[in-house]
Amino acid sequence: MKITFDWLKDHLKTNLKEKKLLEQLTNIGLEVESVESPSDDNGLFRVAEIIKTEKHPNADRLKVCNVNIGENEIKKVVCGAENAKEGLITIYAPPGAIIPKTKMKLVIAKIRGVTSYGMLCSESELNLSDKSDGITELPKGYKKNIGKSYFTKLKSNLIDLSITPNRPDCLGIRGIARDLAASGFGKLVELKEKKIRSKIKNTLKVKINKEKGHGCTAFGSCLITNVKNTESPQWLKDKLISVGQKPISAIVDITNYVMLDINRPLHAYDADKIEKSIIVRNSRSGEEFTALDNKIYRLENDMCVISDKKGVLGLGGIIGGTRSGTEFDTKNIFLESAFFEPKSIRNTAKKLSIDTDAKFRFERGIDPLSIENGLNKAASLIKEICGGEISKVDIQKIKTYKNKTLTFDLNLFEKITGFKISTKEILKILEDLGIKFKKEKKYLKLTIPSWRPDILQEIDIVEELVRISGYDKIKTIHPVKERTKPTLTLSQKLFHFLQRSIASKGYLEAITWSFTDSNYNNFFKGTKKEIKIVNPISSELGVLRNSIFSNLIMYMNKNLDRGFKDLSIFEVGPIFNGFNPGEQNIVVCGLSAGKKFRLNWIEKERNVDVFDVKRDVVQTLVEAGYSSDKFFIDNETPNYYHPGKSGRLFLNKKKDQVAAYFGEIHPNILKKIDMKTESLVGFEIFIDNLNLPKKTLNDQKTKFTFSDYQKSERDFAFIMNKDLNAQDLINVISSVDKSLIKNIKVFDVYEGDNIPENQKSVAISVTIQSSEKTLNDNDLEKINKLIIETVENKTGAKIRS
Amino acid sequence: MTDLKKIKDEFFSKLREKLDISEINQIKSDLFGKNGLISTQFKKIGTIAASERKKFASDLNIIKDELQDLISSKINEVESAEINKKLEKEKIDITLPERSFVRGKIHPVSQTIDEISSIFSEIGFSVEEGPDVENEYNNFTALNTPENHPARDLHDTFYLDEEKQKLLRTHTSPVQIRTMLKDQPPFKIIAPGRTYRSDSDQTHSPMFHQVEGLHIDKNINMGHLKGCLNYFIKEFFEVDKIKMRFRPSHFPFTEPSAEVDIGYEMKDGKIIIGEGNQWLEILGCGMVHPNVLKNVKVDPAKFQGYAFGIGIDRLAMLKYGINDLRAFFDCDYRWLNHFGFDPLDVPTNYRGLSR
Repeated sequence: MKITFDWLKDHLKTNLKEKKLLEQLTNIGLEVESVESPSDDNGLFRVAEIIKTEKHPNADRLKVCNVNIGENEIKKVVCGAENAKEGLITIYAPPGAIIPKTKMKLVIAKIRGVTSYGMLCSESELNLSDKSDGITELPKGYKKNIGKSYFTKLKSNLIDLSITPNRPDCLGIRGIARDLAASGFGKLVELKEKKIRSKIKNTLKVKINKEKGHGCTAFGSCLITNVKNTESPQWLKDKLISVGQKPISAIVDITNYVMLDINRPLHAYDADKIEKSIIVRNSRSGEEFTALDNKIYRLENDMCVISDKKGVLGLGGIIGGTRSGTEFDTKNIFLESAFFEPKSIRNTAKKLSIDTDAKFRFERGIDPLSIENGLNKAASLIKEICGGEISKVDIQKIKTYKNKTLTFDLNLFEKITGFKISTKEILKILEDLGIKFKKEKKYLKLTIPSWRPDILQEIDIVEELVRISGYDKIKTIHPVKERTKPTLTLSQKLFHFLQRSIASKGYLEAITWSFTDSNYNNFFKGTKKEIKIVNPISSELGVLRNSIFSNLIMYMNKNLDRGFKDLSIFEVGPIFNGFNPGEQNIVVCGLSAGKKFRLNWIEKERNVDVFDVKRDVVQTLVEAGYSSDKFFIDNETPNYYHPGKSGRLFLNKKKDQVAAYFGEIHPNILKKIDMKTESLVGFEIFIDNLNLPKKTLNDQKTKFTFSDYQKSERDFAFIMNKDLNAQDLINVISSVDKSLIKNIKVFDVYEGDNIPENQKSVAISVTIQSSEKTLNDNDLEKINKLIIETVENKTGAKIRS
Repeated sequence: MTDLKKIKDEFFSKLREKLDISEINQIKSDLFGKNGLISTQFKKIGTIAASERKKFASDLNIIKDELQDLISSKINEVESAEINKKLEKEKIDITLPERSFVRGKIHPVSQTIDEISSIFSEIGFSVEEGPDVENEYNNFTALNTPENHPARDLHDTFYLDEEKQKLLRTHTSPVQIRTMLKDQPPFKIIAPGRTYRSDSDQTHSPMFHQVEGLHIDKNINMGHLKGCLNYFIKEFFEVDKIKMRFRPSHFPFTEPSAEVDIGYEMKDGKIIIGEGNQWLEILGCGMVHPNVLKNVKVDPAKFQGYAFGIGIDRLAMLKYGINDLRAFFDCDYRWLNHFGFDPLDVPTNYRGLSR
């Protein structure tokens, strides 16, 4: 909402300065977004007429315009606007002027070889509106102003307020003034309502159809006949320009003025273009009309329209139609002042994607009792400026508005805000805000003014009182440093632990979108179903990710393109399994690309490989408190992993839930996304599948026992089938004697010469130690034999002699 | 007598010469070998007259000790000289680079979340979570934002179905609803997490992070809210004083509502929090609306309290001088490495938030 202090002073008597005003506005919840001082250069922007246009010799889209700026000399201006044509009256900015929107200073410049003296401005460049396609088109009436400055007498700063959606009353200057006055910033000026006293009949009959979900409950109107629509007088133009509006014609300007001044939207029709009478009704599917934005709208069922015998004239409270619009030659005006239901307005505007000033106001709630006042104010002004005769005001209603009442407990204020104000002060604030009251012991019986649709219950009154008396009065009660519940749950602790544990292994943590490109997602979707976003920000971000890999691999590739070769990144975050809340899992997902060591004076070059990620996964789980002795690993992995070089890890042999996958990413995927790296390995740890440690860290530490007796290491080499895996061999050996066998280490795996085909040699070192005595040669020999026998019997392996 | 003196003088002078280890060993065996000079003297003890025997034996022992000490110190000297000579040859270029160590980093948003949790932990808040996919009810209606409420326009929502029943949560506030539905008051929680709005430009990203706060108990008023946020801001920015401004605002789920600004100034292109005359909006808050409490079956006549929502990314940007929000999610190796934190830097209460 754009305002000026000057305009506020129409409603507010105050001696205070603007600086204080800005503070006060923010203090009472009408946040000042920006303050713009009028440029001193405003006088430079002149009304001008295009005399002639020629095609630019070197550019198809540009024109060279001869412009009359009221001097003898015709200026040549290069312009790209499509609407630049002969006879157009527009606004010219000379070299030296600063364009309000861009703050750029114009210079005489050669544009594609043709010198341009100044610029023809669009409305948007002048901050007149958001319209940026084409240059400003001024009405023909401006012809006599050619050469004169377009902006005049701009003294006031333009103050832009951010009005919260609950305060439609503050979309009018008077509402803002009322709030300011209540807060002690001056006195609200009483307005004398000019009632129209007329004997002339309003001959245009209005009927509101009572239908299902009707959007209009009251429709006020009057006729003003024999007017002469003209340009607005200077005071009115100045007023509108001062808040960034473009004056159009007296009639339109007056309706805009009343809307801005008291937040009463009005609509003026050319009465002669209305067929017989007005019917306010629900639209029927397929009806069409051309709106004032020059677009044709095709309506659905049950949108609130203003119509006549011929059809739809406009969408009530949203936008009027071209068929009945006022022009400079309009003689008779039909002025509408109605009440439209916010819900209906919102539904219709959303379905048709229209956003207008009227819509913005009606959907927030217009004062239902302002219908007559709005008509009086506008009609009187029209008569004053355009002449003519005003008819009687006619108001059709299908619902009568009753003021809301509520009972307010005076104690509630302190209970909620924590501080006290006197009852006297409370009553003063209520009165200033227009809230009527009757005192009853500890309670107040309140009548809420019609312009405050947001006040519905007691708490809203507390809000009004604390807002006006000042948030700075709220005490600061320092928090007590006391904790009754643990801050984090066990699973949250695990999340944080895994996050830092993975990072400590050389991975950079990334955070990527929860959505992704479906092409990438498809690579890693596995058996999950795709979850589409109905209204994605772009088609590349069209689905929720089924795996974090989709994003990580994309960003990994971008980093490789930046020239980084050896890189590890990870993310902890959600993946999605379905459309419903809760159908998501937290995953720690990492990717490692390139080489572990690259051309280095001290280490041998080698690619990152599956055993690097296996170490990261296993070590991380061990650090998190899971025992690697119990882990069970096999090679059943989703199809985005290399089928031979990947693994699936369970926390125990029961294999109930997958704790992690790790391995090389399938080479086909790298090929398809055109990723160039020596090696790409990755892992996924499924936090939700990790059973939480039931014990506290304190309980996890068991009694400390150790053996001081001599330990021995014995080496074995077994020849075995290639598909027998190390995990099974180790399990067999450890089962031989759990109390004596303390450690088992694979130290060599060999296939090739001297080993039969389809077989391999695995060399193992076993640490044997008793906690009761030093083992003698005999004891050791016994256990050696037992190990060999057990392995040979259970696995079919043979000891290598 | 003279024999002993002679031996001593002769070998003392020999041992003062420059010798290698074999020469020393030779001397050692000349003296103490089976037929060595000293050994021979010991054999003689028995033959010496009883009156002189004691003195002879004592002199002999002294000379023996002196010679042995001299020999072992000579051996030490020679050996260490030899080792040093050998080590001299093993000298390397110590300025060559060390073996590589790759450091991982924690994302600034994660670090900031941990900082926030640590601060609120101290004053008794615990951490709650909620799903990223929400239903329309929890995200809007239960939060006193019924359909057709203009406030919904401020949330550009991503929907997952045409009926607009399933969506990506536009704020962390639905966690309030979930928490209060599943438990009984009092509630004292924060809920950090991902939030989504279909908005994308220089200062908006379609995904960002918020932390929700909720404290419901008997008699929790706006003074507690002010105190809590004042404490948080001071702790978070690690400053002693903070300029903070509460100003009225509007959120459908709180009444009264406030936005909180903090004072700042720019010094050499860097933002200094807590000083200066500029205001920066950092969060929204208010007293939980009675309608919200009713929706979750909490009696507003008995319980009341406050809620707040803070943009985490924004806080991280302010604290760590990050200019571009989009870069948070761009995954540029250089950026992650520059703004990331060492995983050992765990923010804690006793050690402080940052190094």
